Formats: sequence, C-alpha cells, structure tokens
Amino acid sequence: MKTNLVALLAGIIFGLGLALSQMIDPNKVLNFLDVTGNWDPSLAFVMMGALAVSMFSFRFILKRPAPVLESGFHVSKQVSINRPLLIGAALFGIGWGMSGYCPGPAVASLGLLSVEGIVMVVAIYAGFFSHRWFARK
Amino acid sequence: MENFTPVSALLGGALIGLSVSLLLLLNGRMAGISGIMNGLFSAPKKEEVWRGLFLLGLILGAVFFQLLTNNSLQLRQGYPIALIILGGFLVGVGTRMGSGCTSGHGICGIANFSIRSIMATMTFMLTGMVTVFIIKHLLGVA
Repeated sequence: MKTNLVALLAGIIFGLGLALSQMIDPNKVLNFLDVTGNWDPSLAFVMMGALAVSMFSFRFILKRPAPVLESGFHVSKQVSINRPLLIGAALFGIGWGMSGYCPGPAVASLGLLSVEGIVMVVAIYAGFFSHRWFARK
Repeated sequence: MENFTPVSALLGGALIGLSVSLLLLLNGRMAGISGIMNGLFSAPKKEEVWRGLFLLGLILGAVFFQLLTNNSLQLRQGYPIALIILGGFLVGVGTRMGSGCTSGHGICGIANFSIRSIMATMTFMLTGMVTVFIIKHLLGVA
C-alpha cells in the first residue's frame, strides 16, 4: 500500500519536472538534438539537474542494506557492453530523433490530451510487443 | 540559442532527480520509464499496480502543471504523424533491446556510475542528433 503511494507520488514529481523543464514539448527536445541548427542546450541542463541530485543521493541510498519499504533493491547487475545494448540504444536514439519523444514525456503528454502522445505511446507498446515476439523465436 | 531555458531546465531536472531518489530509497526501484511501461503488461500481477500508479502520476504531474500555470504548455501542431508512428516503434524496440531509455540509462544508470549506461546514453544521443540532422537538414522534413 505505502509502496503504491510512493510510486504515485514519485510519478507526479517526475511529471512536474518534465513539464517545468519543458521536456514534455517534443520541439524543445528536437532543438537539443539539432546541434547544427538553432541549438537549445536545455536538455543537457535537465540531465545535470537530475544527476546533481541523484548522483549524490544514490551513493547514500545504495549503501543501505535495503530500501525503506521493501526487502531489497532492484538494481541491474548487468555490466557487459554488448551488441544488444548498443544496437538497442542506437535504434532508440533514431526513434527519439524522429519523434521528439522518449518514453517519459510520451506518457506525461497524455495529461495534455496530446494526440501525438497517444499515437506515440501506442507505437512504443507495438515496439515492446514486437521485440518480445522476436525474442521468443 | 534564444530558446535556451537554463533555470527551469535545472529546476525541472532536480525534481526528476528527487523522484528517482524517492523511488529508490523507499521502494528500491530504478525509475526507468521504458522498463516501468513494459512491465505494466508483463510483470506479475502484484508488480503491475505500482507501475500503473507511477505512470498515472506522470500524467497527473503534467495536468497539475497546466492547472498551476494556466495551460502554459502548448501542443505541437502539424508534425508528420508517420514520423511519430515509426519513431515510437523504434523507441519501443530499441529500449527493450538496449534495456533502458533516457531515464533508466541517462539518469539512474549514470547516477549509479554504470559504464553500460554511459555508453548507451552516448549512443542514443549520437544517433538522435544524426537522425535530426538527416530529417531536418538533409531531407528538409519538419
């Protein structure tokens, strides 16, 4: 119960952050990726703001034996730099550059009743399910 | 660079940092949005509730911001829908294959000093920039 409330609250704060920083606006994101055009470095500052807080907090949090409300941390233990990682990240970047949306802003933009956001979220799930289907073969 | 908004970017980023910190400290979860989205329909039932609530929160956060700022955010108009459909599909496939997106690799992974996440982030930033260059400057679309 408490963990569900935490998830809702964390989602709200994340969504407010995306809206305040305008990362919910796909044009703002594309202007960051448009390094040879009218470049807008804002997205890099969003990452710096997020990393300033999380790099500091994660060091202390991950020293704990367990999180406050659960019995253990769910943290990826993968370390290898392999082909799926790099090919997947490359494909993700191409889709991001085509649309201007990564998953967080796509979901948050549903709150603005964005038709683009709805199409984007459905297309992302189509990608998830296709990947699962191919991975099973 | 007349559209550069460093202050709201840093403050919004700090809120995102606070969100991922809360989720890790209290629930022991990394706030990777693509992973949370994917798990909504694939994780065990009791795992699905918090994911749904986190995603609902994302939507509510945007709604609250609009209410607080008198609908300051405008929607993009007239962007080719084909680029959204194809782009969304590639985002879905790519984030599953590469195990993460901007939040999972770019924020949580880097905050955890994961070399894997740093490599992934550099890769998707680079291909994103090349894609925008091709679409906007070479093809002149959008």
